[in-house]
Amino acid sequence: MRTMTSKAAESATVQAGPGASESPATGPERRRGGKKSSMGVQNLAGWLFSTPFLVLFLVFMAFPILATLVMSFTDFGLRNVTRPLDANFIGFENYVNLFSDGKFLKSLFNTAYFVVIGVPLTIFLGLVVAVLANNGIDRARTFFRVGFYAPVVTTIVAVAVVWRFVLDPSDGLIAGLFSEVGLTSPDFLGSETLAMPSMIAMAVWRNLGTVMVLFIAGLQAIPTDVREAARLDGAGAWQEFKGITVPLLRPTLLYATVITTIGYLNVFEEPFVMTQGGPSDSTLTVSLNMYREGFNFFHMGYASAMAYVLFVVIMGITVLQLRLLKDNTK
Amino acid sequence: MSATSAPGAVSTAPAKKPQDAPESGAKKARNPKRVLVYVLLSLGLLIMSAPFLWMALSAFKTSQELTASPPVWIPTEWTLDNFRDLLDKLDLPLYFMNSVIVAVLVTVSNLVFCSMLGYALAKLNFAGRNKIFGLVLGALMVPGNLMLLPLFVLMSKLHLIDSYAGLVLPFAAGAFGVFLMRQFMQSIPDELLEAARMDGAGEWYIFWRIVMPLVKPALATLSIFTFLGSWNNFVWPLIATNDPDKYTLPVALATFATDPNKAGGSNGMLMAGSFLIVLPVLVVFIALQRHFTQGIATAGMK
Repeated sequence: MRTMTSKAAESATVQAGPGASESPATGPERRRGGKKSSMGVQNLAGWLFSTPFLVLFLVFMAFPILATLVMSFTDFGLRNVTRPLDANFIGFENYVNLFSDGKFLKSLFNTAYFVVIGVPLTIFLGLVVAVLANNGIDRARTFFRVGFYAPVVTTIVAVAVVWRFVLDPSDGLIAGLFSEVGLTSPDFLGSETLAMPSMIAMAVWRNLGTVMVLFIAGLQAIPTDVREAARLDGAGAWQEFKGITVPLLRPTLLYATVITTIGYLNVFEEPFVMTQGGPSDSTLTVSLNMYREGFNFFHMGYASAMAYVLFVVIMGITVLQLRLLKDNTK
Repeated sequence: MSATSAPGAVSTAPAKKPQDAPESGAKKARNPKRVLVYVLLSLGLLIMSAPFLWMALSAFKTSQELTASPPVWIPTEWTLDNFRDLLDKLDLPLYFMNSVIVAVLVTVSNLVFCSMLGYALAKLNFAGRNKIFGLVLGALMVPGNLMLLPLFVLMSKLHLIDSYAGLVLPFAAGAFGVFLMRQFMQSIPDELLEAARMDGAGEWYIFWRIVMPLVKPALATLSIFTFLGSWNNFVWPLIATNDPDKYTLPVALATFATDPNKAGGSNGMLMAGSFLIVLPVLVVFIALQRHFTQGIATAGMK
């Protein structure tokens, strides 16, 4: 496939020369030697270079996205995996059912809980660590950055398994800390009230590094002379932070908030490995709920409707965040 | 990256390197603050690394020490039993190979296809270019969950469940890669490519022989991210494999960990397994850490 494309592209550049000149590029103007034949070649080459990506994109992304939408209006079930066209169109029934489904509402609430507590914590701690680490000399900064970023790159499943053990009430790491001071550790993952906070703690631990790296990059993009000017005008460290660092960091803050929120709204692996959604659905997130409905019970139409509700929520919140944070800069 | 190596940019109050600070009086005055920063950061780092240390130490504990109460921190008697038991129960070499094969295929195809489109978007003037770029940006924003159900049906119809193709194809060309390669390729001067065209070079030759060697750092960043993304990927391999022989490492570990009949209670085996999955990733990350932070920063700053 790759060699075919290469041959096609090369022969195209050889042959397409004169013949292609009658289809001048309609794309945006570029200062490019004015040779019309070159435009034609580029038109053809551009499409040939785009083809592999576009084919994969259409088959494995665009089509499934649309198919999910269509499926969400059907009673798509197990038998339809082999005969998709036999599914019955049922209009908005799945969507209507969702909002009287206690389990779904609970998963929606759990996801919101995870996001509302988890995102601000992650952003705040990431910013604190970035500001601190940015003060160290070069070598120390690299050292700390590597240390804080390490959890981001590790396999989430393995990390979740480790955290399950860390939180184990009888022989885990936290239980050890409790017993050092003569207390008994609560059963974090076995308690309806503590399971979700435990999961949030783990998510913050894992994602803080990404936010920190973004903020360090943002901090270093702030011109030195702006700070110096402020200091000459007698600004203290706090005033400098409030008056200069925070406003100039706003684009980074926006980006970090948006990607963290999107990531947390999709949370799946942590509850899947650590609690399987329990105890009594207290850590059942929308993604885990969707996975179960779709792949354990094969209510695929219903699960598709869930996927779209989550998607709409994500889009809505992202747009809202972009608005809010943009307005604040003015 | 440039952010790290540019010393001029390092300048919140106490940030000056000691040898750069001309007035030693000012340096002394800042020292207590500096010490506080170091103490706070070190404390944070200890908390961050505690789960890793706990995992690594526990993997070498005997079963008595694993279940001891109060828990034992450092094994008094280091043992490899957990690794031995795990390898008896779980064919880790097989899952390791599955993960490697899938990750290599995904990485290579992303390098080729994303670079091709990146080149077209950055350097070729063709009708539809802006529309395709809009498509790429849109694709960046769509959550993966939205595709899972029909993708599973599609793969079932194509008989690709439990195959490497089924695991690779949905990730063979990602929008992030296109975006990254386009950013880097835009900085290559047009004159260079124009000169090659004058000399009669075809677009494929220009792309493969001129542009690709020039964007090696970007290719390195993309390879690391793609390989790791695939190595750590969980949801799709979980869905696209039923046959345990085709499991990737995370799926094998999760299945093992959540099945009470298998590892269920044995934290020793689970820590050994997690250790074996996480260790290569951490080693690669520490060796190549600059590329990671660079990649994150590049994607975030644009």
